Amino acid sequence: MQEGLPGAPPRAEAPTSAIVDRERALGWLMLSPALLYIVAFVGVPFVLAILLAFSNATVGNPTSFHFVGFANFARILQQPQFLISLRNSATVTLGTLVVLVVLATITSELLARDFRGKRLVQIVLMLPWAMPVSLAAINWLWLLDSQFSPIDWIFRQLHVLGPGGLFGPSMHFYYLGRTDLALASVIMVYVWRMLPLATIIVLAGRLSIPRERFEQAEIDGAGFMRVLFRITVPALMPVLVVALLFTGLLVIGDMATVDLLTRGGPGDSTQVLPYWAYLTGIQGGDLSAGAAVALFLLPVLLAISIVVLRYAYRSEDA
Amino acid sequence: MTALPSRFWGRLGFYILLLLLSLFVLVPGIWMVLTIFKRSSDLYNAQVDPFLYHPSPTLKHLVYLFTQSPFLTFALNSLIIGVCVVAITLLVAVPAAYALARLTGRWGRDSGMALFLVYLIPPTLLFIPLYQLVTALGLANTIWSLVLVYPTIAIPFCSWLLLGFFKSIPATLDEAAMIDGNSRFGAFRKVALPQALPGIAACVVFAFSLQLSNYIYAATFVTSTGAMTVSFGVPTEMIRGDVFFWQALMGANAVVAIPLTIAYGLLFNRLVMGFQSAEGG
Repeated sequence: MQEGLPGAPPRAEAPTSAIVDRERALGWLMLSPALLYIVAFVGVPFVLAILLAFSNATVGNPTSFHFVGFANFARILQQPQFLISLRNSATVTLGTLVVLVVLATITSELLARDFRGKRLVQIVLMLPWAMPVSLAAINWLWLLDSQFSPIDWIFRQLHVLGPGGLFGPSMHFYYLGRTDLALASVIMVYVWRMLPLATIIVLAGRLSIPRERFEQAEIDGAGFMRVLFRITVPALMPVLVVALLFTGLLVIGDMATVDLLTRGGPGDSTQVLPYWAYLTGIQGGDLSAGAAVALFLLPVLLAISIVVLRYAYRSEDA
Repeated sequence: MTALPSRFWGRLGFYILLLLLSLFVLVPGIWMVLTIFKRSSDLYNAQVDPFLYHPSPTLKHLVYLFTQSPFLTFALNSLIIGVCVVAITLLVAVPAAYALARLTGRWGRDSGMALFLVYLIPPTLLFIPLYQLVTALGLANTIWSLVLVYPTIAIPFCSWLLLGFFKSIPATLDEAAMIDGNSRFGAFRKVALPQALPGIAACVVFAFSLQLSNYIYAATFVTSTGAMTVSFGVPTEMIRGDVFFWQALMGANAVVAIPLTIAYGLLFNRLVMGFQSAEGG
């Protein structure tokens, strides 16, 4: 910074742009390992995934790359599991998001306040997110066990189940053993798992709402519900969209929960695209067909990315 | 006259909602902890209150978990992978986040959402080509395949978190250091880096737990017990056909989940701040 000596012209144009250029170069240098890593292990596989769906690679011959056109797609479209998986993926994702938007709004509204033991609640709330997905699925598998579920026991005590009960005389709900309840159970597990992330995103938006707006509403005598629906929810709309898109992406791309909780069953009633892609590609050994199945997630990913990025950059301009 | 009762009901409603939500979140965890110490004769008796111990609780299954099950092998694998992934992630993500926050101009500062989207690219889309890649490199069925691939999940997330951090450190601090004769890199090392230490600590936690939690890559790349991770090994090897060792399974879950829950809980406000700065502010 010798240019800054007394007597030198203040901020001459040439040195400043030279510094900016040097800074840019250092910036790219510091950024390059990350870019290389992402290009090599996300970008390249991403392109390969698309190519692979049009080839005939198998587990036995994983690097075979003969172009076979749309044969893989034709093959998977003929299988009944395809439409079932597609429909279930949509049902599970949308179902999760509908419940989640309500719960995350309530939870963030609670956590926006100060109260004793808040730290403890924050810790407790992170349990579903901190527990590894597969272990969480095992935990729910045991909680929803057909014979020994403690939830069934509570329902029996309340005479909801058992002789004379509303859902009696059966002693069990068989959460994972009946087609309708199995899908609902999968949705519940996802709601449970995604609640921490959704709450954190919504809370970030909630805390950014200027305090004066709430104070003004209080002076005007608006009740809790009125404040919630007139001020909080409209101000939260953009963040709710982000929260829903992010969690939706994580739900629609997950296969561990279904793999461990229901194995896609009973029948194919909880079969979803990512798990079917795994079954076809890795378990079934048909890599290219598996890649073709997984590729149906791509439009969803692209649509969500475009919406999020447009929102992110538009809000900067505003 | 109406102010006091309405405030009272509001408070009551607040605590009831808080309790219900906490319960919803905690129920699997409560059942997990209760199960670990149950004797099998108690666990598999549908007639008795499942929330109490009928014969007294036992540590037998926890001892089994650590001495006779392969859990320690999985834990050791996850630990080795975790240390490597954390190291790679920090080496790559910290400079990248600083560059985006300070050196690449406005688009770099605004790249928060884009970074988070890279983190959200479903592994389901990538696992088959990555399997081919790992096989071609001769790393299939080793823990090194996972060391190589897991940073792809951790780097975007940690860069995103650190970007928010570096943005919150006043740029004037760096500039002051440079006026004192430091280079830009020197300012990064001596000023920005120490300021960002809490963020780097958070990244250690997240990079570690992201790799620990991943299931699909481990399920795809690894088939032998000796190379399995906690996430994949526990549900795969500790369930024998229809025989579930529930107490040991829940024990493994508790050993992993409880420390992580506390770590995440203590970082709660950090995460909220990360999104506040990514949402533009």
